[in-house]
Amino acid sequence: MTSLKKLLGATALVAAAATVANAEPALMYDLGGKFDKSFNEAAYNGARRWAEETGNTYREIEVTSEAQRVQFATRLAEAGFNPIVVLGFQNAATVEEVAPNYPDTKFAIIDVGWLDIENLRQITFAEHEGSYLVGMMAAMASESDTIGFVGGMDVPLIRHFACGYAQGAKAVNPDIEIIANMTGTTPAAWNDPVRGGELTKAQISQGADVVYAAAGGTGVGVLQAAADADILSIGVDSNQNYLHPGEVLTSMLKRVDNAVYDVFEAGVEGFEPGVHVMGLENDGVGYALDEFNADLVTDEMKTAVDQAREAIIAGNIEVVAYYENDSCPVLEF
Amino acid sequence: MDLILPVLDTTVRLAIPLLFACLAGLFSERAGIFDIGLEGKMLAAAFFSAALAAVTGSVWLGLLAGIAASITLSAIHGIASITFRGNQLISGVAINFLAAGLTVLIAQDWFQQGGRTPSLIGGARFETIDLPFAEALSGVPIFGQIYADLISGHTILVYVGFLCVPLTWWILFRTRFGLRLRAVGENPAAVDTAGISVVWLRFAAVGICGILCGLAGAYLATGLQAGFVKDMSSGRGFIALAALIFAKWRPWYALYATLLFGFLQALSLRPDVVELIFRVPMPVQFLDALPYILTVVILAGFVGKAIPPKAGGEPYVKER
Repeated sequence: MTSLKKLLGATALVAAAATVANAEPALMYDLGGKFDKSFNEAAYNGARRWAEETGNTYREIEVTSEAQRVQFATRLAEAGFNPIVVLGFQNAATVEEVAPNYPDTKFAIIDVGWLDIENLRQITFAEHEGSYLVGMMAAMASESDTIGFVGGMDVPLIRHFACGYAQGAKAVNPDIEIIANMTGTTPAAWNDPVRGGELTKAQISQGADVVYAAAGGTGVGVLQAAADADILSIGVDSNQNYLHPGEVLTSMLKRVDNAVYDVFEAGVEGFEPGVHVMGLENDGVGYALDEFNADLVTDEMKTAVDQAREAIIAGNIEVVAYYENDSCPVLEF
Repeated sequence: MDLILPVLDTTVRLAIPLLFACLAGLFSERAGIFDIGLEGKMLAAAFFSAALAAVTGSVWLGLLAGIAASITLSAIHGIASITFRGNQLISGVAINFLAAGLTVLIAQDWFQQGGRTPSLIGGARFETIDLPFAEALSGVPIFGQIYADLISGHTILVYVGFLCVPLTWWILFRTRFGLRLRAVGENPAAVDTAGISVVWLRFAAVGICGILCGLAGAYLATGLQAGFVKDMSSGRGFIALAALIFAKWRPWYALYATLLFGFLQALSLRPDVVELIFRVPMPVQFLDALPYILTVVILAGFVGKAIPPKAGGEPYVKER
């Protein structure tokens, strides 16, 4: 019995020591993987930027199946990492389960804004506002008055993207036709470029000449099919303009990197719980302009989009969020 | 016509990987070796074809590499289930896991792009071929349109795929090798009694299976797409297995089954066409599930009986 007590004591000591040594932040990626050239990769870039600037280290872990979510989050908290950033709305249930068990650990989750947990920072993005801007650009670039949208998994978040896009396009051209398709209803839909490419070809045969992909790894196939058919495409989350120079109209930027960077930078001391919305006014979302799409974006487009951006920030244009009543005023799914 | 042609065009593109994989399974299972590792072999071939094509800039070298990778996995399956008489299903599952893990690992090590290959450009991917007179005939209603839009304008592997169907039929039903191959799947003891090596025949069948899976994978990565992405076969190997059962292990039926499954997949990409045909909105999920539902119906014996090769799944042990 005494030996058991000693052993337990020793274990506790070791655990305590580990906690002190490991007081570094951690990042947990969602399905789709660290290098999805999109959402997760943006988070990775933010974490890496923080590590390079501060010289500190962080831990990262990649979820590859549903069953690992709670397990990995618990493991990170147990090992004493603090704060822990968790990516993706599909991890809402994960932090709901894990965060209350570790009240001293600071958690942050991206794309979730409806939980009520004390030690949790929730960061949401106004994707509909960013999508509104690229929707305007799509409508202005389209010559056939038909534009497409290819989503990944059919979830409210992706419909939210599509809805903002459609509203932006309709604002420019009320008669424009918007073809919206989802790749699938399972997480495999984030990684099926072949199906994404075929969806794009189907939309092209229906007349679409600008296609917006909000589909994680599937988007690679969408952008490829669009480039093959010499039509324009729009990337998402990270700047994807470089993937096909001169064929990608723009990318809807979702600055997940900034969100991760801020949490890492604030650390445990500067941690602010609660819901934080990253929108146009704090450059949480926007559109990408660089040397790869400079020739595609006309001055007229830029002026119109920048005006709309100001108007949305000032509250003169209201972009309806899909979440508000789970439907989109201008697009049927 | 303008509505249905693009759907049929997509059907062809989506059916070809299924067709290759289905014929691959046909050879293997007709020889008595169940193969649920089609998916893994396709994935490995997709990766190695894209990787070699990206490095060398030649899609043909990529194709060879894809086939070689697929044959290697086939050989592992053969050694496990023919030489060592292991359980064929377990070996197949192992190959699927092996391929899913290895491709991403090697891709990360070679290209540092998170388990992808770089995008293929120019000669590193299969270009579409315009058949002669396609341009001139495209003005002719119906026949010309079908020729120009549907039959012409695919990559070479599509035509190879369609040629594989009569070739498979001829090999299996018109050659001595085919007769023996089928016999070895039904009654290996009889083949052995005739003095023909069961082991050699089964390895030959598994090898052909490897070549065909290699073509399927290469078509995914270098024909349909321009590069490898992790798990890009996304279950097509399993749909091909379903098609094989649906086709009752016959080459021509395999063509029809894969075209049907390809058509269902193509339809699910065009909800507007579906609504036009059926007059009611049809959930896309239902169309995606239909191949499996149809296979279960066939297996349950409602539409004729699907009888697998008699000696399938059993390792052959010589009597002593």
